[in-house]
Amino acid sequence: MALNKIAAKLGEQGEDFVAKSLVSRGLRVLDRNWRIKEGEIDLVAQDCDGTIVFVEVKTRSSISHGDPLESISFDKAFRIQRLALAWLATHQRLGSRYRIDAAGILVTRAGEFLMDYREGVL
Amino acid sequence: MTLARTASINLIGLSGEPIEIEVDVSNGLPAYSLLGLPDATLNESRDRIRAAILNSGKNWPNRKVTVSLSPAWLPKSGSAFDLPIALAILTASEQLKHSELEKAFYLGELSLEGNLRPVRGVLPTLIAARESGVKNVVVPRENFQEASLLSELNVFPFSKLNEVIRFLESGIKTENPTLIDVTKVVSNVDMSEVAGHFENKSALEVAASGGHNLLMIGAPGSGKTMLAERFPTILPPLDETEAIEVSGIHSIAGTLHDRNVLSTEPPFVAPHHSTTIPALVGGGSKYIKPGACSLAHRGVLFIDEAPECGAGILDALRQPMESGSITITRSALTTSFPARFILVLAANPCPCGRFAGRGRGCQCSSLQVRRYLGKMSGPLLDRVDIRLAVESPTRAELSSVENEDSATIRSRVIRSRKVAAKRFAPYSFKLNSQIPPNLLREHFRPTKEGMTILHSLLDQEVISARGFHRTIRLSWSIADLKGVTVPGKDEVEQALTLRSGMPGE
Repeated sequence: MALNKIAAKLGEQGEDFVAKSLVSRGLRVLDRNWRIKEGEIDLVAQDCDGTIVFVEVKTRSSISHGDPLESISFDKAFRIQRLALAWLATHQRLGSRYRIDAAGILVTRAGEFLMDYREGVL
Repeated sequence: MTLARTASINLIGLSGEPIEIEVDVSNGLPAYSLLGLPDATLNESRDRIRAAILNSGKNWPNRKVTVSLSPAWLPKSGSAFDLPIALAILTASEQLKHSELEKAFYLGELSLEGNLRPVRGVLPTLIAARESGVKNVVVPRENFQEASLLSELNVFPFSKLNEVIRFLESGIKTENPTLIDVTKVVSNVDMSEVAGHFENKSALEVAASGGHNLLMIGAPGSGKTMLAERFPTILPPLDETEAIEVSGIHSIAGTLHDRNVLSTEPPFVAPHHSTTIPALVGGGSKYIKPGACSLAHRGVLFIDEAPECGAGILDALRQPMESGSITITRSALTTSFPARFILVLAANPCPCGRFAGRGRGCQCSSLQVRRYLGKMSGPLLDRVDIRLAVESPTRAELSSVENEDSATIRSRVIRSRKVAAKRFAPYSFKLNSQIPPNLLREHFRPTKEGMTILHSLLDQEVISARGFHRTIRLSWSIADLKGVTVPGKDEVEQALTLRSGMPGE
């Protein structure tokens, strides 16, 4: 398998893991991998109080290139915010409460998923 | 705890301002923001601190790290904040648990490896720390000697970030490095090496005892530089307060390693004649550094080939010569450095340098000669009391063996300065060269015979009013050296000779 395919698979696994953990915490997943020209939102969920939660998931298999969350720069976070507004506009939800979360997933050699979940990063 | 506080000092010129460092580690995306007008060095601190923390076996908090240096409006500079910021980050991320963190001030630059590197300006920084009531300071080991001059402070020197952490956690202190003994005067030159030049040496002695500025004019190779270099060796040694003051200035300039920290030897600074005004008087935009004239504070500022200096450069010295300090104002801040020095100027008599003695072989026109020395402005020369014509020693003088050493001359200078200090006890000045004109005419007049000479020269317009005052000041220094209570006819005549070495006045 080509390297980028391995990475894509890893990313997908990471997103699955985060989606599951969101559901287990009582959130409802509304959308996954919502993609427009400007970019992609990994996960859109709704909290029990109605808040729309946009989650950026970053998965890595080692920390040799730093912590997964470190790769989310402020520029990237702002881009996610623009995408979030676009999502809200597309789904006629503008004006509802929303927040942006980030999840860093580290996959250990044993295949274990370690999650670092940060709420409201922006 | 996600919030931690430490303290340090920000240095502006010679004065320090206590800075409170607050670090907040919160749950955002990994980021680092440094608030409080940091300069470039300080902004780079993030990468140094991060590497140092990781290489000291601790973890960098992969969270949102906010560092705030307050007061926020004050521009801050330098690498000395590395250590306090690192300690605050470790505390805020709960890797360092110690409640005493706030009881000390911290200074130190971090290397990527986690070693503490020395910083500039430790001495004035710690003086400021002492004034703000601090008892304990942590400094890099290389700065220990400098820091330990202030006996009221508990100074803890360390060479690694890890050692500081261990010290804060458990109070274990590494052994203090032994202090290098302070040597008195470590000069490697001596007046006895100069053969002949008897008159010039006694003129230097007068200059040293009265603090008079000096101009030497002579052909190349006649011994001007040799005399000037040995001039500090006949000046009285600095006392402890003065030595700390001088070391403080050198500490800011980063030239302290050239000096022993508690050296009592008066500094000798010889900038090249291609110097610029900021280099001479001090300058810089955000980090104001003292110039040559402040580095020469309480010592000698020697400018060789003075007429070769660019226009206006030497005149920049007029203000510090008058006030004994220099105030530098930049958009960001204003600061003052002390600058009380004895100015020694050396010049060739003409562009080709041969218009000395009988002027044999000089190719310059008389106009060239006049223009050459005219490059030194009148107001500057006005502040120069002694003008010497330095001529090469004769064969007999060169082979003479009776040359006094610096220590002998210095002891006479010290004695004469004591006499002057006693006389000036009710006033704010200490040296003959600093007597204000009105006091010269009222309280410090030479004897009647002495005044008669001066008055007649004044009437004949041979000397100007300022020349009149200058001669009286010089005559006091001569009298002090001779042990005469009030300068008389002889002293005034000698003073007139000392200032006649130059064509012109």
